[in-house]
Amino acid sequence: MGMGLLFDATRCIGCGACSSACKEQNKLPGKVEEVLTAYTWTTVQEKEGLNVRRMCMHCEVPTCASVCPVAALKKTPEGPVVYDAERCMGCRYCMMACPFEIPKYQWDRPVPVVGKCILCAGRLKEGKPTACAEACPAEATIFGKKEDLIWEARTRIRQKPGAYVDHIYGLTEAGGTSVMMISSAPFDKLGLKSNLPADPPAMRTWQVLSNIPDFVGVWGVFLYGVHWITARRVDVAKAESNGNGHNHGREDRS
Amino acid sequence: MNTLATLAPRRFRPGFWTAVFVVLFLAFCAVTVIRFSKGLGAVTHLSDQFPWGLWIGFDLLCGVGLAAGAFTLTAVVHLFNLKRFEPIVRPTILTGFLGYAFVIVALLLDLGQPWRIWHAIVYWNPHSVMFEVAWCVMLYTTVLAVEFSPAVFERFGFHAPARIIHRLITPLVIIGVILSTLHQSSLGSLYLIVPSKLHPLWYSPMLPLHFYISAIGAGIGMVILESYLSGRAFHRHLEMDLLEPLARGMVVALGIYGLMRLQAIRRNHAFGSILDFGYEGQMFLLEFTLGVILPVILMSFRRLRTNPNWLVGGAFLAVLGFVMNRLNVSITGMEAASGTRYLPSGMEIIVSLGLVATGMAVFAFAVRNFSIFPDGPVTDDHRSEEGA
Repeated sequence: MGMGLLFDATRCIGCGACSSACKEQNKLPGKVEEVLTAYTWTTVQEKEGLNVRRMCMHCEVPTCASVCPVAALKKTPEGPVVYDAERCMGCRYCMMACPFEIPKYQWDRPVPVVGKCILCAGRLKEGKPTACAEACPAEATIFGKKEDLIWEARTRIRQKPGAYVDHIYGLTEAGGTSVMMISSAPFDKLGLKSNLPADPPAMRTWQVLSNIPDFVGVWGVFLYGVHWITARRVDVAKAESNGNGHNHGREDRS
Repeated sequence: MNTLATLAPRRFRPGFWTAVFVVLFLAFCAVTVIRFSKGLGAVTHLSDQFPWGLWIGFDLLCGVGLAAGAFTLTAVVHLFNLKRFEPIVRPTILTGFLGYAFVIVALLLDLGQPWRIWHAIVYWNPHSVMFEVAWCVMLYTTVLAVEFSPAVFERFGFHAPARIIHRLITPLVIIGVILSTLHQSSLGSLYLIVPSKLHPLWYSPMLPLHFYISAIGAGIGMVILESYLSGRAFHRHLEMDLLEPLARGMVVALGIYGLMRLQAIRRNHAFGSILDFGYEGQMFLLEFTLGVILPVILMSFRRLRTNPNWLVGGAFLAVLGFVMNRLNVSITGMEAASGTRYLPSGMEIIVSLGLVATGMAVFAFAVRNFSIFPDGPVTDDHRSEEGA
């Protein structure tokens, strides 16, 4: 379970303190963009009269980590999905696969790396909250143990009937995430994906990949068996008709 | 044995194709320089919304698929023991090897940091389809090189290594078929991870199988097409007695594949998107009609199969449909979810064309200098980049 964030869209005042704190904490160049980029790891968007944070959701079973061929992306026990820029070869499968479309790329650099929120993994190790949660003046983003945050979200929804959509975004989406959101407007209206399956996408590929060793054995035996049977048939035919191989005096080609 | 159709030597303007090739190659080099000095953004229309484009959709997916003829034919000749297909095995293995070389060069351009391509050997993630793809590329390229090497050894008179490989051909072919099966299907598995992004006309849990079977069909189509192009370029005849039964195999593969696609669409309840006739529906109809329905129907008639022109036409449709399918999976089917339209930039297209041209030139070079076709090196003095 580890740590996580709860974002309450009804409380966010859109001041952007979180985005600025993130830039500073992670030494990201440029100003805060409207949308996520390799240099803007979190941003606040205005939708439906509400302010919504966009950031990495830090999945419990991260699709990005499952698809990375060199394991440059990893889920840590504390909660963050971290990125090792030294390993990454730039295949961008994480960007293609992420159901939340979070990882971004440095398209402008000759030696590019992926950029995405890492839930201030370094700060968490020191026992500190994320920079964005610390900077939030309205308690719209709060940091804590994931189970405590779920409790808190449920309490808020229950205590103010009608003030919230009765759904905690991130509880089941893509297998559950460490970052969760509650809001007074439907989440798809806020630009969040609402068609996500409850099972982690990573399971779909693992179902295929996990069968490879078995498949190799069976397929190998089958193919050799085919060869063995047909070769035997040729031998028998040869023995009967004393060889009518039509290789025009040339060696077998391979 | 194999002189049913002889193509009349056509009037050839020496130097025309050479010029086209040289221009394309130079343009390719120029784009490569810009790409490595200014980054991917400077030469491609890729973006954060659309991170995979033409170089993955065409160069990688189609380059690997084009090589499927090699494992299909080596299996037919060495495992199913249909030795009469032996004469066309070598050009097919050569095509396979060039296809994979093409893929590797394309990857070196598409990867953000290609100098780290070896990382997949050291840092493992067995949960990643891309990890499987990386290993398949490495291993199968090696197998293809070994399978082709006797042609090189013979050329320089090293008979001992050629004999050793000849003795090992059965395990080699089996390893090659296993690797190909894994690799062709894994390219489909790559897209299993995006159930919420890929359009239901293409997404299916059966994607790996779809990719595998369509690759066999297109691989056979490629063998036929290549025999025809080589025939035109090097004034050789089409081996109709070999290609006609191959076309039957192609019909079976495409038939099974077409049926599986329709079943997948039924399971996704996506027939509505075809009837809506929107962008995705139109692209699907185009792909499916040209690439599956037409070639299956045409090649089912013996009279058309045994006519060189119709045969080549059917094979061409199968290959075209295959390319369209891969582009639809990687681009058309992903656009709606990404919220953007992706059209490759001119420079992306130049790289793809330049690579295809280079592949053809290398094929032509190999045909002239090695014993690829049954009657030894082709020694006419026409320069031409056709035939791969």
